[in-house]
Amino acid sequence: MTDVSPVQTVASAASEESAIELIGVGKWYGEFQALRDINLSVRRGERVVVCGPSGSGKSTMIRCINRLEVHQRGTIIVDGVELTDNLKNIERIRSDVGMVFQSFNLFPHLTVMDNLTLAPMWVRKKPKADAEQIAMQYLERVQIPEQAFKFPGQLSGGQQQRVAIARALCMEPKIMLFDEPTSALDPEMIKEVLDVMVELAQSGMTMVVVTHEMGFAKTVADTMVFMDNAEVVEVAPPDQFFTNPTNDRTKLFLSQILSH
Amino acid sequence: MTDTVIPHGRAESDAPPPIEKIGALRWARQNLFNGWLNSLLTLVAAAGLFYALPPLIEWALLDAVWVAASDEACRQATGACWAVVPQKHRPMLFGVYPYDEHWRLIVALLIYVVAICVTLVPRFFRRGIVLPLWIFALTGIGLMLWGGVFGLTYVDTSQWGGLPLTMVLFTGTVVLGMPISVLLALGRRSSLPAVKTVCVTFIESIRGVPLVTILFVSAVVFPLFLPDGVDINKLFRAMVGMAIFFACYQAEVIRGGLQAIPRGQYEAAEALGLGYWHMTRKIILPQALRICLPGIMNHIIAAFKNTSLVLIIGLFDILTATSAVLQDPLWSRFFVEAYLFVALVYFVFCFALSKYSQGLERRLSEGRRL
Repeated sequence: MTDVSPVQTVASAASEESAIELIGVGKWYGEFQALRDINLSVRRGERVVVCGPSGSGKSTMIRCINRLEVHQRGTIIVDGVELTDNLKNIERIRSDVGMVFQSFNLFPHLTVMDNLTLAPMWVRKKPKADAEQIAMQYLERVQIPEQAFKFPGQLSGGQQQRVAIARALCMEPKIMLFDEPTSALDPEMIKEVLDVMVELAQSGMTMVVVTHEMGFAKTVADTMVFMDNAEVVEVAPPDQFFTNPTNDRTKLFLSQILSH
Repeated sequence: MTDTVIPHGRAESDAPPPIEKIGALRWARQNLFNGWLNSLLTLVAAAGLFYALPPLIEWALLDAVWVAASDEACRQATGACWAVVPQKHRPMLFGVYPYDEHWRLIVALLIYVVAICVTLVPRFFRRGIVLPLWIFALTGIGLMLWGGVFGLTYVDTSQWGGLPLTMVLFTGTVVLGMPISVLLALGRRSSLPAVKTVCVTFIESIRGVPLVTILFVSAVVFPLFLPDGVDINKLFRAMVGMAIFFACYQAEVIRGGLQAIPRGQYEAAEALGLGYWHMTRKIILPQALRICLPGIMNHIIAAFKNTSLVLIIGLFDILTATSAVLQDPLWSRFFVEAYLFVALVYFVFCFALSKYSQGLERRLSEGRRL
């Protein structure tokens, strides 16, 4: 963290440890309150799985972390830098925080290879050859190197989502955010994406994952976060979360999601 | 029903697709006589052709005079007098440009056509090729048209005319207009209120005025505001006026394309840390321009034909030059043939543009669906 100037750094002993810090975050869409006094801290290397009923604010919260949504109250500190209107800071944070979307959002007019090399070349100013080499390396890691020169439209949903993960990894991010990465996939493709995510988690990446895949959550999560009605209701390690949740709303949600 | 047992229809996919043969009779029934209304229209059209075609062929081909030393031969013929074209083609095509220097215009047109053909080959569409090519081509064309160096006599722009003038106006309009239109379209969607207001006001006010008015303003009104001694070339002023008019229409077409880009594309680009201009250039514009390519081409073709409006400010494009030629009392009665020839020239250009855009659309859609 030597490259961060003291002005940008919110220098406290605790923030050295934490990758993401949300303090009293609030957000409204018009009259509707989407986030209510959210406090959450993610350590470096920690894997956090966020779950909750739809409309509970999970996606809004994760999108606030790289400022795809702007929070109106509270403080968000990512990688030691507070998110404000300062565009330079935002772009720096975004380039260090990878994001995977529910609907993949690959660039349809570019080949898989161009999707992967675009940001490293234009944001990181890497030479083309280097960017392609890194891209190939990550395509192998998500196990689709043979698709490198196809267009996204020619791939299956699972393959597209793995390309999207590789695209985020090509920026060599410090943190990865996943916003319901398997929700738009056919059932038989969910596993191939989850396998890649499990492998990524085991490599020590800091991850925040919004998902309903409780099996995945049990396997990789260090911390479970349950959100309901714009609030963080419960934060607990997975063994406690699944076997002995303290909050009634958590119990209800778990009984609904685990019963089928 | 045994076919249904085969999983995923794999056996079927090995077989070639069935060939659908349609006989002439069946084709006619499907396309010309499907329903009483279409049958009626077919019959009416057939009757019309039966009466119109033979006299037309007689006039245009059989009885026509193709070459004539003087107008005398034409006057005695009952058919078309195509001889007006070989007789008068030079003033029609080149206007009042000095007669002995017409070869320079031919050279300029050749450079232009070659440069366009090379540019339109997708394989050559790279900045390293297109940019030097056009710098070279424009220098060559300018040298040929203006002269004044290397022993070529100087020809003022007021003497330019005919097809080269049409070409200069059209190219100038599109080359100046396209970048402006993209900026206006982006500006209209900008989140900065000042930029947005300026772009909206500009587009709406220019779109609310006929092109003729803009040409008048550029030719007559604009010079009044220039300080003494400053004179901007009239041809250039007309070109800028047409470019701005073109850009305002094109901006709205491009805005339509921009609106069709899903929000997720912006978010994905932003999440990778791309700044506004990188995102716009690499992600948004390539997709938006592809979506609205038919509309863009539409306005480019319209811009080609709009060049004929410069007649009202005293510039002689190919159409006005032809009208001027027809002032010759010996040949003025053969205006139909002369105008048909001009129409053919316009058609060839516009049809080529339209064919090219169709080819481009096909090429861009290959394997790149969402």
